[in-house]
Amino acid sequence: MKNKSLYWVTVAGLALALGACASKPPVQEEVATAPPPPATPSARPTPTPSAPPTSQVVGPAPGTVQDFIVNVGDRVYFDTDAYNLDSRDMATLDRQVAWLKAYPNVTIIVAGNCDERGTREYNLGLGERRANSVKDYLVSQGISSARVETISYGKERPIDGRSTPEAWEQNRNSQSQIIDGAVG
Amino acid sequence: MGLNKLKFMMAAMGAACLSLVQPALAQIEGTITQGDAREFRVALPDFNADTPEARDLADQIVGIMRNDLRSTGLFDLLPPETFIQRDLSVVVQPRFADWRIIQTEALGIGEVEIMPDGKMRVAFRLWDTATEQEKLLSGQRGRQYVTTGENLRRVAHVLADDIYSSLTGDEGYFDTRIVFIAESGPKTERRKRLAIMDQDGANAEFLTDGRYTVLTPRFSPTDQTITYMTYENGRPQVYLFDIETGRSESLGRFEGMTYAPRFSTDGESVLFSQAANGNSDVYIMELVSRNKTRLTDHPAIDTSPSMSPDGRQIVFTSDRGGSPQLYVMNSDGSPRTCPTGNRDTACRITGFSDGGYYSTPVWSPRGDLIAFTKQSGGRFHIGVVQPDGRGERLLSQAYLDEGPAWSPNGRVIIFFREARPGAGPVLYTVDLTGRNLRQVQTPGDASDPAWSPPLR
Repeated sequence: MKNKSLYWVTVAGLALALGACASKPPVQEEVATAPPPPATPSARPTPTPSAPPTSQVVGPAPGTVQDFIVNVGDRVYFDTDAYNLDSRDMATLDRQVAWLKAYPNVTIIVAGNCDERGTREYNLGLGERRANSVKDYLVSQGISSARVETISYGKERPIDGRSTPEAWEQNRNSQSQIIDGAVG
Repeated sequence: MGLNKLKFMMAAMGAACLSLVQPALAQIEGTITQGDAREFRVALPDFNADTPEARDLADQIVGIMRNDLRSTGLFDLLPPETFIQRDLSVVVQPRFADWRIIQTEALGIGEVEIMPDGKMRVAFRLWDTATEQEKLLSGQRGRQYVTTGENLRRVAHVLADDIYSSLTGDEGYFDTRIVFIAESGPKTERRKRLAIMDQDGANAEFLTDGRYTVLTPRFSPTDQTITYMTYENGRPQVYLFDIETGRSESLGRFEGMTYAPRFSTDGESVLFSQAANGNSDVYIMELVSRNKTRLTDHPAIDTSPSMSPDGRQIVFTSDRGGSPQLYVMNSDGSPRTCPTGNRDTACRITGFSDGGYYSTPVWSPRGDLIAFTKQSGGRFHIGVVQPDGRGERLLSQAYLDEGPAWSPNGRVIIFFREARPGAGPVLYTVDLTGRNLRQVQTPGDASDPAWSPPLR
């Protein structure tokens, strides 16, 4: 589940970065289940082929905030009431470490978030713990603690506003946000 | 008579608490005072008024009073059709027999007059129909107010407080306000503003403009100051807000974040949590000197401190045992003997009987109970427990019930509820039997309610 959620977040981020219309829902399922369109000959003239679409696959420029979000991954996800990092979280954080080392002027703030199935004040404490466990890991891998701030939003800033187990899974996270020093 | 009845009711409740042992309590207890909590039979006829303008004011006042009294679940307001005597006057004794026939215990008679200078004069008396004596209202025989129309609601609340107090023996709580967080917008971009209203939901207004998130406001028990947590300066910190002047000020700039503030019993200090480097501990700061003292020192999350009315103990939430539970400590940090027999600086008082999580403890102003939020079986509850961990009772349950706060007399709890997944938060009050559960009207979604002390 965790891998899947991370995948969708990444895909969503990528779509956004490429300038695709992020508000349009994906239509693949509909196409798959709908009957094939009738093979009637088209009355419209064949349009002149446009320029090859190679420019569309260029990702965000290196060193930009979008580069960090899309190619590195800005969030790691936690289990219920937990703040420990698993191997997948560490893989994401290792990419963050490498990126932060490549762009030494960048400073970040790690925001800790919780799902809505807890009380406000306790979740503020838990979010702080989650943010701090990411900071501790980054610092343990050689990032100066002066470059990493932390903040907790408790359960106040869900990224998925629904009240479902899938949404809660998304909302238990730490997000590394770039404050300063990125390209562009 | 009424007073004895309530005392009896409370005594019965106390006895019920003591006889209940811990393990078998994980369900709603609605039966504890049933049969004992008979309502006071009160007649509150329309007030006399000699002009249409006075009639309008009189009807508003008595309407507010009736609403206040009904909201408690303690008063049976007798229907006007049953009244025999119609020629009532504040300056003439009522015909008591006429009121005893319809089993009226207390009869309130009022009148409103508009004075030559435009002010209104409100006069009111309360009669005990059994003893044929006047009931004292705040120690006096009858009450009279000469004031401007803008004070109409307060006059009504003060009179309703007098009736409540005269009959139950407890201090009234109608002439009070509620501070809360007004919420709007989608969950992913929620606006959270500090707001205030009268106890009955009237006169709601915003105190902050919504540019930054504010949370967990709490009243000073002694004046009209609020302490709350705000993201105003980016980093979450505890602030004070003076309602009279509209001024806010930071409690101080601390490392990390400060949150979960609550005034000490004497109103001279603020308890709060400070989180830094992944660890939250409880602190107290004296407001005049700004001296800060650390009260807990543990790698667990220690938060939501609330002081006992005598100032000697503090209850707080901690997950030092593996899950959020309530702990009680001495305010001076000295070791105590826990219910389990251990000596420790903090004793766990919840979570022995099931896998529930407990948080947001708030000590009753009467000292006898601690209100809390319990998370159990996928539901959230508001409940109360004695400070020694005995006598747990759950008063409500929903998808989310959170953040209890006491009325100043310790008889009613206000909290916020999300009734279903996805539903916005609204405010509810509940009495200590759990039977008198009522929604409090707010202009929009509302959370984190806290009660003011009486305005007088």
